[in-house]
Amino acid sequence: MAGVLPEAARIARATGAARSERVIARSRLSRLAERIVEGGVFLSAWIAILVIFLIFVFIGREALPLLWDTPQPGLEAEAVTLDRLVGPTYYSDRPPAYVWQPVSTVPKYNLVPLVVGTLKATVVAVLFAAPLAILAAIFSSEFAPRWLREIIKPTIELLAGLPSVVLGFFALMVLASWLQDLLGLTFRLNALNAGIALGLAVIPIIFTVSEDALTAVPNSYREASYALGANQWETASRIVVPAAVPGMFAGVVLGFGRAVGETMVVLMASGNAAITSWNFVEPVRTLSATIAAELGEVVFGSPHYRVLFLIGILLFAFTFVVNLSGELYVRRLKERLEGRTAG
Amino acid sequence: MRRLGSQPIGLFFIALSALAALSVVLILAIILGQIVHEGWGGITWAFLSSAPDKGMRGGGVWPALFGTFALVILMTIAVVPLGVLTAIYLFEYARPDSRLARAVNVAVANLAGVPAIVFGLFGLGFFVNFVGRNIDRLLYGGELAYGQPAILWASLTLALLTLPVVIVTTGEALRAVPMVAREASLALGATKWQTILKVVLPQCTSGILTGAILAVSRGAGEVAPIMFTGAAYFLPSLPTRLNHQFMELGYHIYVLTTQSPNVEETKPILYSTVLVLLLLTFALNAAAIVIRARFRASVRTA
Repeated sequence: MAGVLPEAARIARATGAARSERVIARSRLSRLAERIVEGGVFLSAWIAILVIFLIFVFIGREALPLLWDTPQPGLEAEAVTLDRLVGPTYYSDRPPAYVWQPVSTVPKYNLVPLVVGTLKATVVAVLFAAPLAILAAIFSSEFAPRWLREIIKPTIELLAGLPSVVLGFFALMVLASWLQDLLGLTFRLNALNAGIALGLAVIPIIFTVSEDALTAVPNSYREASYALGANQWETASRIVVPAAVPGMFAGVVLGFGRAVGETMVVLMASGNAAITSWNFVEPVRTLSATIAAELGEVVFGSPHYRVLFLIGILLFAFTFVVNLSGELYVRRLKERLEGRTAG
Repeated sequence: MRRLGSQPIGLFFIALSALAALSVVLILAIILGQIVHEGWGGITWAFLSSAPDKGMRGGGVWPALFGTFALVILMTIAVVPLGVLTAIYLFEYARPDSRLARAVNVAVANLAGVPAIVFGLFGLGFFVNFVGRNIDRLLYGGELAYGQPAILWASLTLALLTLPVVIVTTGEALRAVPMVAREASLALGATKWQTILKVVLPQCTSGILTGAILAVSRGAGEVAPIMFTGAAYFLPSLPTRLNHQFMELGYHIYVLTTQSPNVEETKPILYSTVLVLLLLTFALNAAAIVIRARFRASVRTA
């Protein structure tokens, strides 16, 4: 007996230890699995940052050889220099001009007509969209009865969900003819037509940001104003709208950024002629539309190919700066308005 | 007491703002009305199920419809896991004020603002010219297989474009799950990941579904990112492999509108094609709105 008990105890201890070791091992395994999963979560969090970075790198990789590629002998005339990108082309028989003519015996890669074209289309877009969107946002947030708001907001969402190729199609097939008949225009497709269609694509952004800015104004402001005897119009015009103006401004800036990058609408509705003029009823060609129209037919690795990627980098850098500053600005405004209510 | 006010200037501006809101609604109604009016008659089963013929002046949209579906399915497979994992990081793991969380938030907001055409350039420069060519070099001995525009590259490009949509909607759903549910699970001894997998995510399925549907609706309408990464004018056969090119509704509309020698002749087909694309994207949006409304209602009653 005396010898059996310690023996049993030893066995019991041993199996118990083995079991607890197994338990520990299993929990270690699951902890390891959990670590791996968490590692995956952590890695995927980087993807958005990584993509932004990769966009810069891989569009730059196609564009930047422009800087150090020495042109092949005999093709010096085709070399793209900064001077040729922004400076005028000089002719012996005509006054100097800014020309985008990438397919020609002497290709000309001047970006000025494209920048001017982009500006013309986007200025029309913003002038058309901003008043409509901001007034509609004021109406929706300050004056509209509930049932009307329930119509306006889904409409804006629907407009935002309209594919840009459909807007471009409408501008090309329908709007262009209406404008031409109405104003007696020489050119059916022009900056005005493209700009208005572009404006339709931009209205949802300006509306949403403006409406956010208006609803972020604390209700206590409105109540204080009503308590002092002001009516709805006085409250809106003297209290709410002034407090929301910076937010509306940010909305317009973000809308402008979106309009500069928008492609299909201008590609289809602008006429696509690279003319340097400030006439708004002449055809225009924008930076984005140039990429879309020409990249399909270009020789891989040629100067033309690289210039198109250079335009892409410019577009990306521009919208990046606009979006980043707009985003940070809106966030700070919100914090300030909300901070005030808390304090 | 709220009063409208009696000054004429006040009434004038209120009327003006109402007019602005009304004209936005009206503009949309005109666009949709025109497209439905001109396109509705042409949508028949034959139109949906046959290929274009007579040099794209006749026939239907079946290959473009098929290509669009294949494209968005591949895109969804890529974007949903990535977007959900990123949202889980942002809302479950990261402290909201940590530097990385803020950087990720800014990057997501920025990604949402990158022009579609830039995604197209990126898809060509990265997926086709870099990833694809290296796959060909390493696995196919330099033979051309993946170093060319293909449905795989187009769908991955679209996945990056729609990533912010999925992250934002999933994030909203995660935020709606009550904190007590997590705490109860952790108190019972579940680990953090078990809590997320078994308690949090099951309550978010409709939120994630909404995100996926919104991403699909956005992706189905984008043309600029796929122009150089895989979409084709016309193909005699449907894509059956990942490295095949494909036809797509939006691109088909662009091609029919701008490359047709006689637009009057293609007009009926064109309007019907536009209507098909619109019905597709609106149906998806409507589904997302309904699911989201149900989800919000269920959270409120829970």
